[in-house]
Amino acid sequence: MKCQLRVNGEDHTIDVEPRTTLLDALRDNLKLTGTHVGCEHGICGACTVLADGEPVRSCLMLAAQADAGPEITTIEGLSTAPGELSIIQDAFCEAHGLQCGYCTPGMIITASALLERNATPNRDDIVDAISANLCRCTGYGQIVEAIELAAEKLRQRNASPSEASQ
Amino acid sequence: MKPVPFEYERPHSLKAACQLLADDEDAVIIAGGQTLIPMLAMRLARPSRLVDISRIDGLSGIEEQTDNITVGCMTRHAEVERSPVIASHVPLLSAAMPWVGHAPIRVRGTIGGSIANADPSAEVPLVLVTLDGTITLSNATGSRTIPARSFFSGPMMTEIQPGECLTAADFPVWQHSRTGIGFREIAKRHGDFAMVAASAQVSVDATGKCIACAIGIGGVTDTPLALPELASSLVGTAFTDQSVHDAAKAATDNLSAMSDPQTSPEYRKRAATKLIADALMAARNDALETSEGVTT
Amino acid sequence: MTEAPTSFRYVSKPRRTQEDRRFVTGKGHFVADIVPDNTLHVALVPSQEPAARIISIDKSAALALPGVHDVITGDELAAAVEPMMNGLDTPAVKRYAMAVDRIRYCGEWVAAVVADTRAIAEDAAELVELETEPSDFILDAEEAYRPDSLAVHEAHGSNILLDRTFTWGPVEQHFSESARELSFRVTWGRSSTVPIETFGVLASWDGWRDTLDVWASIQMPKYADQIARALRIPMNTVRVHQDVDVGGSYGVKRGIKHTVLAGYISRKLNRPIRLIEDRLENMRAGDAHGPDRIFDISIAYEDDGRIRSMKMRALDNAGAYAGRAPFQLGKPIGAIVGPYTIESVEYQAISVTTNKAAQEAVRGFGQAPTNYAIETALDRVAAAVGLDRVQIRRRNYIPSDQFPYLIPSGTSYDSGDYQTVTDKVMTQVGWDDLVRQRDALRADGQLAGIGIAACLEPSGGNSSFEPLLNPANTTTTWMDSCRIMVDGAGTVTATIHTTSSGQGHQTLTATIIGEVLEIDPDQIRVIHADSQTSLPSNSPVGSRMAVMLGGAAFNAAGKLKDKLKRIAAKQFGASPDEVVYSEGTFATADGDQSLGWMDVVTIAHRYFHLLPDGEQPGLEVTDVYQVPTGGGLPTEDGRVQMYPCHSFEFHCVLLSFDPILAKPEIHRYVIGHDCGTVINPHIVKGMTLGGIAHGIGAALFEEFTYDDQGQMNAQTLADYLLPSSHEIPAVEIVHHCTPSPFTVLGQKGSGESGYLGAPAAISGAVNDALAPLGITVDKLPIRTAALSDRIAAAANTQS
Repeated sequence: MKCQLRVNGEDHTIDVEPRTTLLDALRDNLKLTGTHVGCEHGICGACTVLADGEPVRSCLMLAAQADAGPEITTIEGLSTAPGELSIIQDAFCEAHGLQCGYCTPGMIITASALLERNATPNRDDIVDAISANLCRCTGYGQIVEAIELAAEKLRQRNASPSEASQ
Repeated sequence: MKPVPFEYERPHSLKAACQLLADDEDAVIIAGGQTLIPMLAMRLARPSRLVDISRIDGLSGIEEQTDNITVGCMTRHAEVERSPVIASHVPLLSAAMPWVGHAPIRVRGTIGGSIANADPSAEVPLVLVTLDGTITLSNATGSRTIPARSFFSGPMMTEIQPGECLTAADFPVWQHSRTGIGFREIAKRHGDFAMVAASAQVSVDATGKCIACAIGIGGVTDTPLALPELASSLVGTAFTDQSVHDAAKAATDNLSAMSDPQTSPEYRKRAATKLIADALMAARNDALETSEGVTT
Repeated sequence: MTEAPTSFRYVSKPRRTQEDRRFVTGKGHFVADIVPDNTLHVALVPSQEPAARIISIDKSAALALPGVHDVITGDELAAAVEPMMNGLDTPAVKRYAMAVDRIRYCGEWVAAVVADTRAIAEDAAELVELETEPSDFILDAEEAYRPDSLAVHEAHGSNILLDRTFTWGPVEQHFSESARELSFRVTWGRSSTVPIETFGVLASWDGWRDTLDVWASIQMPKYADQIARALRIPMNTVRVHQDVDVGGSYGVKRGIKHTVLAGYISRKLNRPIRLIEDRLENMRAGDAHGPDRIFDISIAYEDDGRIRSMKMRALDNAGAYAGRAPFQLGKPIGAIVGPYTIESVEYQAISVTTNKAAQEAVRGFGQAPTNYAIETALDRVAAAVGLDRVQIRRRNYIPSDQFPYLIPSGTSYDSGDYQTVTDKVMTQVGWDDLVRQRDALRADGQLAGIGIAACLEPSGGNSSFEPLLNPANTTTTWMDSCRIMVDGAGTVTATIHTTSSGQGHQTLTATIIGEVLEIDPDQIRVIHADSQTSLPSNSPVGSRMAVMLGGAAFNAAGKLKDKLKRIAAKQFGASPDEVVYSEGTFATADGDQSLGWMDVVTIAHRYFHLLPDGEQPGLEVTDVYQVPTGGGLPTEDGRVQMYPCHSFEFHCVLLSFDPILAKPEIHRYVIGHDCGTVINPHIVKGMTLGGIAHGIGAALFEEFTYDDQGQMNAQTLADYLLPSSHEIPAVEIVHHCTPSPFTVLGQKGSGESGYLGAPAAISGAVNDALAPLGITVDKLPIRTAALSDRIAAAANTQS
């Protein structure tokens, strides 16, 4: 079936089987491989993307459900320009909020959604937000630090993540 | 983990959706898909056709009625979680929402899907059963409303008939000014399905005596279970830790609890007893706190 | 060798890692991201039974499905490839990528479907008709160990892969001399590292170039070697692309069988073949389960709590094939007494086959279970003599002035200061306050406990356990390498010769080279060579890269600096040792003559006439670095130097739980960590926190359980419980640095840190919480419902 997807501000028409998940469509059809496959059953959060600004698991959404539907943002849509980092991405580098990098795009998407909604999250808010994303490397400590740091930097700029990237 | 091949339809009317379901017994509804899609991925669900009801007008939204709040089946958990109407009129549902999976699940997952899926440990069915709410089912020719307490017939089994679509749930609103709620859950990890959940709503009079009570448990038996005898036995009494605990114990003693590889039925009963008592006491204390603001 | 500097410019500084930038933007380069044109996809047909004879496999319906290219069975594969390598001398325990004639565990691959898409391959996999004759099976290790047990591999004659008893020192004498003795059993449940990325491989054969290109999420020593042997092709035709980013491994990503299968199919069909495990394949049959072990321990000790001797019987359930499982009983021999002065040890190491999935290497390679057993012993002795659990450890610690310290099993520990690390943790945690906090929780109706664990992380891995457990294997070489090139424009590029799965090897290498050359590490490019252009490496196993790659990078940088100095010296008319180097400038000692970096580089690359006699043009150096303690074969009584370096960690944790709900909540977690000189503090911190989280998982959540029909219960991430951020507390790390005298910068390993003591600490805390009830829990993981059931049973017994 034909699906019209709006991803990272661009429109795409793809032809997929109805059983194709949004995750597979992003990776295989649009070559947006920053969204990762972890479990394909909605537990690990590695495939998290934004749908109309809200975090969703792209393995739990069919491409058909996104047809002429919500605007999708992937990790590729968060970078400001090639080689440049968003404030949240930069904070993850500063705090080394990752190791192998596999869960990282999903984590950053989740962090981005949190900070869009809550400019002053406390530790519990952050822990609760990222509890939807499993990380096997870090034990989460430096991820929490990275998001705290990002929140602080955004507050200094008086900007939400989306405003800061414009 | 790729699903079996299936057809996909996205009707724009409820009638058309019901007709698709009536015409093909292997067709299933997809609303948010947060339970269905994992089942598809593992090929445990093998539908011929998915009927996507997400673009049908009128199935989403929260509406205030006189004695209840109607929640449309396509209403996302996240909308309910953030709804001031739900917070003020069905606070028990608000309290349960953070326990429904994780935030991304709640963004996509729907109230109707959660109810129709009938997982015995799911929170929304528990709250609906606890409050003695109702469920509206529609088919191509009309609709019917049935009590939630008779809707769930077993684990993942309901009274939904072929060709029917669950369109709304009605959550009763209590009018007593001094009403409090308590929601308690134990899961293996936060965000997992409950091993045991208990939800309670209690109203008290100016003296602190219980004038209305509802209590239910999830995850223990094969359907979410209201405990009306326990609730009515507490009406007219002043709650004490001991009396509530004893009543909870009596209510769970003869339950036939489920087991899984990690969780014994005995654990479920012990935990249910405790969480029932905790939820009731929390509800009662919440009601007393509310009353302070009202009476002074 | 260059002298180790005492103060650092870049080493130990909290600098950003080089790797993170690409990952935070989703620009990692993982195996699943690589899909060449014409790629075919593989799905596996899993066995439904734990043991069966294969009668027939009917492929016709699967082959008839449009888009399906082939269906490969075990028979076909076994005729074309060699069995996979088996580290032990057990030739009758044969293993191929897929079941041949016999099925030995649920989920074992019985056929591989090759199709245009993964979805079609899965459709076809359901159409492969398998006719089997189910047979008896065995899951329990004790039962499998019995002489009359049915054998998983009939030709082998029993289930015993390994049964060796070592006696190091006068054990019986110490037992008879000691005032007291105690014995107990503890069990470590089968868990694993379960990376978020499953294992995947893409193999592509090019018959015109005689090259098998392999991209894989691999962490495996001698990977190319094993692929070539199994496929019967020369090793120099295998090109493993080691620049593939690996999405977590922590030991398990070995993937030999996957690669042999994909390589075989690619050669057969002349197409790129992609085999990316889905989560079900990964959990069932990814060769990715970890130790599954029963310990029986006896301790001989004195009234004052000094432990004289230990007898340890470790019975490990290897699963259906040998894998690396038996060796995971071998590595802990290098730290078999932990940080303690235990004078003698008897160690019986038993590995048996059963009808569970095959076991592979897991973070710590058997050390975390062993540490759990040792630490339980310390707690038991403390309780028996009425000593505080911190005191009992202090009383048994190896004193800091006795290093290098030779333990009974033959390893010399390099260095350590256990008392000081313990002091620091006690100060950080405020011991008396912590005890008061525990008691307040208890007074509030909670079961609350404090857990303590002190343990070692052997690091800088060698493979001495292989000749120790298999005398037919006399390997003593276990090197790693680094090459540095300075191009004609003066920029520095280093190559490393292994894959990375989050350990920050680029950062490690650049930091050390930068330190030696006094160049900003961010200006140094580090690349992963492919296997055909690689120097020898043994991959990042055994917490070895800080020591081994660090050592090679340090030495290579030293060689490069020496060459530059020789060139400069020639221009100055001075001798090389008169040349002073500082931040890219070469000068004579009196400062009268100097040359800049580019001057010397240009001479090396362009002015042969200015080079010293015998000096080769260009600037390229290599270093192939052997484990710093060298390599020796075991003595006849089974003593051998295992790993060279020994990091120390001291855990202190407070947790509590409701007696009925029994879900432990961790209130405080402090770890004291000493891994010698830290190369990058961010990386070491992350490894330690991640290791603790993994250890909490192993202690409270994670297990691959089987039901009595031999079916695995936990096949999804909904059932195999990885801790989320809600389950992991904020952890406080207290640092100490006792440099290793054996390494170039005093560094030790840290890749397994945290994990090696966390399970023991959590267990200790739960048991401290249960102490008022007079009960213990003796098996990990300690799961909520089972813990509550245990408490309820105790209450019923008492009433």
